[in-house]
Amino acid sequence: MIELSDICRTFAVGGQEVRAMDHVCLAIGAGEYLSIMGPSGSGKSTLLNIIGLLDTPNSGTYLLDGRDVTSLGDEQLAATRSLKIGFIFQFFHLISRLTATENIELPLMLAGVPARQRHQRSAPLIDSFGLGNRRHHRPDELSGGQRQRVAIARAVINQPAVLLADEPTGNLDRSSGAEIIELLEELNRGGQTLVIVTHDPEIGERARRLVRVVDGRLASDSGG
Amino acid sequence: MRPVDTIRFGLGSLGSNRVRTALMLLAMSIGVAAVVLLTGIGNGARLYIVDKFAALGTNLVIIIPGRAETANNTPATLVGETPRDLTLEDALAVMRSELVERVAPLNIGELSAVRQGLERQVPVLGSTASFLQIHHLQLSQGSFLPDEDWDIARPVCILGSKVYQELFGRQAALGELIRLGGYRCRVIGILDSEGRSLGFDTQELVIVPVAFAQMLYNTSGLFRILVEGKDQESLARLKTHIKTTIAKRHYGEEDVTIITQDSILATFDKILKSLTLTVAGIAAISLVVAGILIMNVMLMSVAQRTAEIGLCKALGGTRRQIMAMLVCEALLLSVIGGILGLLIGFAGAWGIAQVYPELTTTPPLWAVVAAMATALGTGLVFSLLPAGRAARLDPIRALAGR
Ligand SMILES: Nc1ncnc2c1ncn2[C@@H]1O[C@H](COP(=O)(O)OP(=O)(O)OP(=O)(O)O)[C@@H](O)[C@H]1O
Ligand SMILES: [Mg+2]
Repeated sequence: MIELSDICRTFAVGGQEVRAMDHVCLAIGAGEYLSIMGPSGSGKSTLLNIIGLLDTPNSGTYLLDGRDVTSLGDEQLAATRSLKIGFIFQFFHLISRLTATENIELPLMLAGVPARQRHQRSAPLIDSFGLGNRRHHRPDELSGGQRQRVAIARAVINQPAVLLADEPTGNLDRSSGAEIIELLEELNRGGQTLVIVTHDPEIGERARRLVRVVDGRLASDSGG
Repeated sequence: MRPVDTIRFGLGSLGSNRVRTALMLLAMSIGVAAVVLLTGIGNGARLYIVDKFAALGTNLVIIIPGRAETANNTPATLVGETPRDLTLEDALAVMRSELVERVAPLNIGELSAVRQGLERQVPVLGSTASFLQIHHLQLSQGSFLPDEDWDIARPVCILGSKVYQELFGRQAALGELIRLGGYRCRVIGILDSEGRSLGFDTQELVIVPVAFAQMLYNTSGLFRILVEGKDQESLARLKTHIKTTIAKRHYGEEDVTIITQDSILATFDKILKSLTLTVAGIAAISLVVAGILIMNVMLMSVAQRTAEIGLCKALGGTRRQIMAMLVCEALLLSVIGGILGLLIGFAGAWGIAQVYPELTTTPPLWAVVAAMATALGTGLVFSLLPAGRAARLDPIRALAGR
């Protein structure tokens, strides 16, 4: 469902060109569980951002569900992101003035779903994520693991086909990190494509497919 | 994003930074309050003055000797003649019409009034009995000029309250004699201290019969003639009547200027209206300043909230939505600040009305509308820049807090 071919992404830093993605080709099928590893600055986040339509490559083609998405306008990009992509970040990125429920419902709110339907969709999710007694808490009243669970609930509320997680455990202790990974794997077993960027070899090895990125190139790919 | 949600989200965002929000609301409400209050006061002053004028009777027509226009090539001006005097006969002739309610000829000058060694310069006004009604004067003691033939130079006078006090102290004055410019005359009345009729301070006035004044000033001319029309509708006809009557008597020359109270009123009204507008405009500038403050604070707020904005983009928010969210925030500030400002403005107007009951300071509707429109307008205009900046933020960098 995701087909990247010959993707290049360069950044101009102080007159110098930094090649963050260098002719990358990568195909990811529906329902896959893939982890991306590599040294710091190798381009993992850049790759994930391109997949998640947050960033556009300088050259190359990106087919998402068979549709070329490299030349979409802002509105279409936003709509595609909203429908197909769920993002999970290292630093959670919850809005501190909103409650857990409100944070989870944010993508639905942006998509224009009325409040009542938002609640109908968020309520079961909150329960199944073990946040039932935290629904009206604000992020600073939650533990790191709980915050990340709120963030994951937010990512999946629109039932996107692809979940993209950029170092989701980078800011968590080992046990809550493990819980988060299990939660993500469970979602993957439910059919959602899962791509995890991580520095933790243990997590990387768990994935059914491991891609290593070095200097903006794919150095190894255990599957595909 | 649904409008309700946009508003709710904006309110939440405003509520999460109370100090910043309070400051912006303060600036906005002060601006709106200033507009509303100043126009209220200006309008009140206008109404007050117009009202005073109207109290004089809007049916009043004033005849002044000489033409107001300088360049007219009548034979008289060509040979350098001074304009013909207005005379008592002119006034009597004008009076002979069913359009006229009453006529008061007027003479004015300054003379020394002396009593028992006390002396002071006073304006002395010569007129007739009808002057009392035309100028709505009131007596505190005695009677006004007798209603008799205008050419009787009866040596009597009516004193303004201040003149009375200065010449007589607390002693009785009725029937007493004073000297006016060398002539003795008897005090027959004292004006009520109530106020100041337009044109002169009635407290500092001495009124004598017009013929007596002509004798005192050694003239047969008049300073002006006041004509009160029967009603407002026939004022135009009254003017023509006056014009033709005077012209007939002055050998065909229109050598007088005729002013209606109406036209004076209209001029005053115009001046005061533009004054009010000016003041309102100045106040509106303070609103624009408030708008600039909103812009600055919003730019700061966008900088502080880059992560939130980036997140909204990552979660499927479009540029347009991001803009709408921020513009909505600014408009909410404008609306809330505007309403607060209206409350403050109206409260202030009410307060002033308590202190100066004669002033109706209720702000006019147009001012309320204009103030709110300016508030909303500045909110909108000055939020476009920060909102546009937010909308263009690169979500990745925004999320990284860069
Ligand atoms: N917005 C940007 N402007 C300039 N250079 C950038 C930008 N984003 C990334 N880069 C550069 O691109 C390269 C890849 O960055 P990227 O963030 O993808 O690395 P990463 O593999 O995610 O690293 P880490 O493990 O530290 O998160 C780096 O050299 C980085 O400096
Ligand atoms: Mg990274």
